[in-house]
Amino acid sequence: MRILRNLGKSAKIFLQKIGRVTKFIILIFSNLFTPPTYGGAILRAFFQIGWMSLPVLGLTALFTGGALALQIYAGGSRFNAEQVVPAIVAIGMARELGPVLGGLIVAARVASSIAAEIGTMKVTEQVDALITLSTDPIKYLAVPRVLAATLSLPVLIAIGDSIGILGGYLVGINRLDFSSSTYLASTASMLQISDFSSGLVKGAFFGLIISVSGCYCGFQSSNGAEGVGKATKSAVVAACVFILAANYILTEVFFNS
Amino acid sequence: MIKIKNIHKAFSDQTILDGVNMLLQEGSSTAIIGTSGAGKSVLLKILLGLLRPDIGEVSINNIQVSYDKPGRTLSEIGMLFQGSALFDSLPVWQNICFKFLKGGEKLSIQDAKDLAIQKLKKVGLNHEVANKYPSDLSGGMKKRVALARAIVGNPKIIFFDEPTTGLDPIMTNTINNLIREIVETMEVTALTITHDISSVEQIADNVALLESGMIRWEGKSKKLRDSKDPYVYQFVNGKTKGPINVT
Repeated sequence: MRILRNLGKSAKIFLQKIGRVTKFIILIFSNLFTPPTYGGAILRAFFQIGWMSLPVLGLTALFTGGALALQIYAGGSRFNAEQVVPAIVAIGMARELGPVLGGLIVAARVASSIAAEIGTMKVTEQVDALITLSTDPIKYLAVPRVLAATLSLPVLIAIGDSIGILGGYLVGINRLDFSSSTYLASTASMLQISDFSSGLVKGAFFGLIISVSGCYCGFQSSNGAEGVGKATKSAVVAACVFILAANYILTEVFFNS
Repeated sequence: MIKIKNIHKAFSDQTILDGVNMLLQEGSSTAIIGTSGAGKSVLLKILLGLLRPDIGEVSINNIQVSYDKPGRTLSEIGMLFQGSALFDSLPVWQNICFKFLKGGEKLSIQDAKDLAIQKLKKVGLNHEVANKYPSDLSGGMKKRVALARAIVGNPKIIFFDEPTTGLDPIMTNTINNLIREIVETMEVTALTITHDISSVEQIADNVALLESGMIRWEGKSKKLRDSKDPYVYQFVNGKTKGPINVT
């Protein structure tokens, strides 16, 4: 009986949380296209989320592409199928590794910083100050970040895919004795637009997940530095878990279509 | 005029405000005193429209405070937050004129900067402070910048939340003098939340003691120290024994 009661309580808390997050997302979307628009805040968010994520994303993609080429070569050589390296590196990066790793890396970097920034503003009464100065905190703090993350992530993923493929190429020609022309031709012949486009759609969803997690957890912060720490941790964990779950669902959708 | 009618507020099972009634006349300066956790800041947030009371209502100049869209009454209010609440990412002049740069009312950048410098002078800071960031300022300077932000829109009402907390005695006196001067010259209705008795005597005409969610005593600030009310006596004299439960 006690177990059932506890289960019921947990389910109720979970559903309440889902409801609050849904309400928060609706609030953000309802504020997206209504004035005022904070151009400066939006540009700053694009710079912080998009541009500043490029180095870490690029390095991750470069090393992942290189490691992938080595692994596929090692596996492929068991069936005398070493020539599949360029194709699998390209398809693997574009369809799966680029979006997921890119999403996770940006989640760690961006969801944490959004949650920490908004959380600090919340516990130091800066969010209340915004309201007293006739400024809607959702519009001023959340909308620019959600907009920037949702639109930046596909571009970041596309760049990450390309750098990953480049990583595979560099390892292929320097370590695995592929000729440059063979590697490039093989990559080009196997890659299709749909391989990239699925990654871009995933990127937009991941950007939305990352920014909403960061903003929601930031706005829920309380109890000083400890609360901000908890909010930051929750934002990163939530973003990573939802990215992996969304990745599976989107892959199913693309796979079936 | 601010009417506070039968305000009740509880968080989970803990009652914070238990039927608060107050009337603040136009042009008056009132202080609410009380121990930490007495519900002073919660009451202030309810007045601002940031927190919805469980029961009761607040009206400011005969307009009922809306908790869905508090903007209607907020346009007439200036607010000095306890920790100053300056925006770290903006220079001082943008903090002061935030309302005119990002809020509903718009000013050009040059006009906003000029206005910020004018308000800085009013709180005793020179124009060089305008381009600094909050992280470059001392606690007292932050409080004065926050005060400049609170008065920038020429509000009819100003709320001060613990204006002298964490300041040295000289800066406390400076801030109290500034508040007194602002209240008198701008002819505003002022409400100050504090537990500093000497500040109360300096800046407020009327005082209310809030304890365990209820107003226990109301009167003139001059009569505070002579009051025989057991709550006031215990609070003013810092006695550990009395009707106020010290835990």
